[in-house]
Amino acid sequence: MSHGLSTEPRSDTARAIAGGRKPRRWGAWYVALHRFRVMKSYTGTVVVAGIGNPLIYLYALGVGLATIVDVDLGGVSYLVFVAPALLASAAITVASEEFTYPIMLGYKWNPTFTGMSASPLRPTQIVDGVMISVAVRMTVNLLLFFALILVFGAAPSPIAFLMIPAGLLGGLAFGAVLMGYTSTLEEDTGQLAMVMRFVVLPMTLFSGTFFPLSTFPIALQWIGWISPLWHSTELARVFSYGYAEPIWLTVVHVAYLVALVAIGWAWARRIAVRRLGR
Amino acid sequence: MKRYGDFAAVDGISFEVAPGESFGLLGPNGAGKSTTMRMVGAVSTRTAGDLSVLGLDPDAFGPEIRSQLGVVPQSDNLDTELRVRENLLVYGRYFGLPGRLVAKRADELLAFAQLEEKGKAKVDSLSGGMKRRLTIARALINDPRVLLLDEPTTGLDPQARHILWDRLFRLKEQGTTLLLTTHYMDEAEQLCDRLVVVDKGTIMAEGTPAELIRRYSSREVLEVRFGSDRNSEVAERLVGIGDRMEVLPDRILVYSDDGEAELVRITDAGLHPITSLVRRSSLEDVFLRLTGRSLIE
Repeated sequence: MSHGLSTEPRSDTARAIAGGRKPRRWGAWYVALHRFRVMKSYTGTVVVAGIGNPLIYLYALGVGLATIVDVDLGGVSYLVFVAPALLASAAITVASEEFTYPIMLGYKWNPTFTGMSASPLRPTQIVDGVMISVAVRMTVNLLLFFALILVFGAAPSPIAFLMIPAGLLGGLAFGAVLMGYTSTLEEDTGQLAMVMRFVVLPMTLFSGTFFPLSTFPIALQWIGWISPLWHSTELARVFSYGYAEPIWLTVVHVAYLVALVAIGWAWARRIAVRRLGR
Repeated sequence: MKRYGDFAAVDGISFEVAPGESFGLLGPNGAGKSTTMRMVGAVSTRTAGDLSVLGLDPDAFGPEIRSQLGVVPQSDNLDTELRVRENLLVYGRYFGLPGRLVAKRADELLAFAQLEEKGKAKVDSLSGGMKRRLTIARALINDPRVLLLDEPTTGLDPQARHILWDRLFRLKEQGTTLLLTTHYMDEAEQLCDRLVVVDKGTIMAEGTPAELIRRYSSREVLEVRFGSDRNSEVAERLVGIGDRMEVLPDRILVYSDDGEAELVRITDAGLHPITSLVRRSSLEDVFLRLTGRSLIE
């Protein structure tokens, strides 16, 4: 077979050195391209859910439930209050889809990660590539969500678009840690379903999503404080309608989420190196 | 050398493979063949020892080495979420190869693997032999200098094996270096210029198939069966017949340069086997001699 690149004879070592150059630099991107190709097979679902879910939630909660909500929410309507939270939790939903079963699939059920690790790609690049691809998909979902919020007229601030990076940061913070956890699973004997039921669902309920966290007794508020969703929701509210909170708290939101991304990402990379290099 | 906790999966395996050579690791399951392959493939890091692949150290130059390898793992890890041809396209991109080159090679390789008709098919719709050929095609997408094959035909029916051997033989003719593991003797004899017999993580013998047979076995083997319960009893009365004898639960193997003559001696002694067969010595016999065990138990 001709290799069509260069016809001059080279030593195998020189060939190898040259062959490693591009994968070393772009490997993570190649992995992301693979993920995009796989995602293409469920584009329909992504788009339909990406438009349908915001529509349903914004309408049911922001318009429907709002009619019986009669509390002071800092001078904004319930729709405006709940919209940034719904956007932030949409990112969490994407994270809980993309960082669970596809990871189990890659390591175990259809070990594409093993296949990748036999190519010039490094385990850390596989993790990076997955992160990149999910970040892109999440951004698409968040853009759709934001557009619908605008349609509902539920984002009064001129910098409301910053909800998108806020939601993305929250989604990736939760997602990175989730990816680390999923990577440690040799087998899924129901752990992932447990994560959905006992982590994702309570997190949505206890993160100041549908009502302010301060409504809870202080004994339950800690759930919100450790929840990436609470931090991204509050952040999104600041951008969406100028929700008044001390500036230090805004800084804490960002710092906490960035820290989670970093910790989860590093954890997932570490597991990948160990697991694929056995 | 490779250790997992206290267990040394590979300990004392040492060999060199020349460019263009076809080299085999022959041994039973659990001998350390796959672990060795993963170390040569610059995937598994070794616990101790020296390893140089294409003149480079896998610890420091993993991506560089892997860029010149084609890897056919023991169990197929094709991407079942993608179609047949897509599997080749995506894999080619991992090497940083330009899309157009990968597309051209993908078509050539589908032809090579006799899968032209299946380009758009789902991976799961392929037969075992087709999946194996696709895995080999995928391993060739980067035009590798060395092809690592871990039990390439295990689990395939005879016809599928012969098709695969034919493809591998062509690669060998084109000068691709082949490194393969197998526990099939016929496969090793067909494909390997030289091989090592591996057991319990160490090398038992090394040479060409013909050399090994000459060194560790006789020219011919006489297989006689007296019935499962009588074999060992009869064996005692056969002492002195042939160069050497192996008593297996189901048959007795008599090693000799002239199997027919030994059979005559046995019948002359008044013993009448239920069945008898004279065949040429194979690597199976070499293995039996070296380890006292059959390869496939």
